Amino acid sequence: MDMKESIIERLTAAFQPSALEVIDESDQHAGHGGWREGQTTHVRLRITSAAFAGKSRVEVHRAVNAALAEAFARGLHALAIEAKAG
Amino acid sequence: MADINAWIDNEIKTNDVVLFMKGTPQFPMCGFSGQVVQILDYLGVPYKGHNVLENGELRDGIKAYTNWPTIPQLYVKGEFVGGCDIVREMFQSGELQTHLAEHGVKLAAKAG
Repeated sequence: MDMKESIIERLTAAFQPSALEVIDESDQHAGHGGWREGQTTHVRLRITSAAFAGKSRVEVHRAVNAALAEAFARGLHALAIEAKAG
Repeated sequence: MADINAWIDNEIKTNDVVLFMKGTPQFPMCGFSGQVVQILDYLGVPYKGHNVLENGELRDGIKAYTNWPTIPQLYVKGEFVGGCDIVREMFQSGELQTHLAEHGVKLAAKAG
């Protein structure tokens, strides 16, 4: 399974999001540290989930990062998170 | 690892605002670190920057210390505030300014 599919699957399982967009921005970081040709290293998430209600920003980001621990271990380098409760 | 944890602990408790970043405040080496530098500079926040690229032990150590997988990381008065996205969202909503004021961080007069 490629990185993007794996991220979508893990976030869906962890948060049952009402909206989820996973954007591979790796090409925008070509040559930058952490970038690996042909690999998904830089990702932007737009995620909306009822699971985030009542949580602080840091708590939400921690939960998302934890759900994607395996992706980080596999070479995910940068993760921009735009999270909303709902 | 115990040594680096103790060093980080001391660093964030003895400095009001500390930014763990890639590159330096004068020359950020990463767009995300650069955004936080721009925000802090815009607000006139005095802060201490640490370049994790110069120190592999710190680069891994700060991720473990904060339990946060990415850089940059901003600390205010010993407390983790967030990474680039959180700092930018807080700045845009005015929460960052309030957070700094509530923690007694004095802002320098803005240049120009």
